[in-house]
Amino acid sequence: MTTRATHSELPPFESLVQRHGHGLLRFCLARLGADRGEDAFQETLLAALRAYPDLRDPAAAGGWLFAIADRKVIDAARESAKVGPATDGDAIEDAAWHDSAADGTLWAAVAVLPRKQRAAVALRYVADLSHGEIATAMGTSEAAARRNVHEGLKQLRGSVER
Amino acid sequence: MNSRSNDLTIAEAALRQIAPGSDAALAAAIERFTARAASDGAVDVVYEDHDSPFGKLRLAATPAGILRIGLPNEDPESLLDQIAHKLSPRVLRAPGGYPSLAKARRELDQYFAGKRRHFDLPLDWSMARAFRLEVLHVTALIPYGETVSYADLARAAGRPKAVRAAGTAMATNPLPIVVPCHRVLRSGGQLGNYGGGVEMKAELLRLEGSRPG
Repeated sequence: MTTRATHSELPPFESLVQRHGHGLLRFCLARLGADRGEDAFQETLLAALRAYPDLRDPAAAGGWLFAIADRKVIDAARESAKVGPATDGDAIEDAAWHDSAADGTLWAAVAVLPRKQRAAVALRYVADLSHGEIATAMGTSEAAARRNVHEGLKQLRGSVER
Repeated sequence: MNSRSNDLTIAEAALRQIAPGSDAALAAAIERFTARAASDGAVDVVYEDHDSPFGKLRLAATPAGILRIGLPNEDPESLLDQIAHKLSPRVLRAPGGYPSLAKARRELDQYFAGKRRHFDLPLDWSMARAFRLEVLHVTALIPYGETVSYADLARAAGRPKAVRAAGTAMATNPLPIVVPCHRVLRSGGQLGNYGGGVEMKAELLRLEGSRPG
């Protein structure tokens, strides 16, 4: 049991599940499909729960959770691609966005956006994060997060009307 | 410009429809997660709510036993904050997360139905310390249907002059009902205070037959 005084500011983990559970499930399902998506949801929450007492800033919890989720999604994509460690990291990251079941959908259009834009768009509209939380998740400034969301959204206009 | 910003709004709305994740799917996924967290020890404290004749009781437990019982008029959220700050922030709602929770529900139901006179539950005393903990240990020994005064309690805990501290120990009892602070009255026989409200205290004493009416 962890009982260090430095953790005294953290709210119960349950509040994180209540606030972000739905967005986290959508984020994982969109990126990996139903089965692998739910696995990634489980793996993310378990990893976050284990590491939670070491989180320094309670206000950063949302962004922190989705940074973990992104790693778990990429892990899952790497596993199902059955690729060796030598495989190009960018190729694996791209594979973590392309779900053949989503071909022809709006999600397929999100997947081909520039990397920062697709991540920002997914965190804003699928994960339901604020711009500040997106900045934490992506390690950027809040202004950059806002810009990435907006630029990505502009690119998607055409795809929606089809 | 107007139709362009309208396009953006349409795109936003469409993005919010991606992978909707129904309430049922979310509930099932969370249930699987909490079961795993409880069985592999990633969680430190689990809790659930239990309906009683007085309203909702919040029951929290660790693997060692029942940690905290929240009475109906306590703020259930601040109860969780208290646990997160004092013990561990690894707190999850997980109905049936530990066997002790199911046992506590059963015994509480029997007690409220007048069919149980003492509790046989594993208890985790981590939420109390020092003299307050001593006082709680003594309180746990007060038999069903009997009452003692705060002064009696201080004496029994080995510090006869610490009547006020004994009162504080009752006011901060993490395990009410099971550790029967409702059996502790003022010296004149007046009810004194109760975390669940004086009405509940009187009702519990009537249930135990130690108070007329």
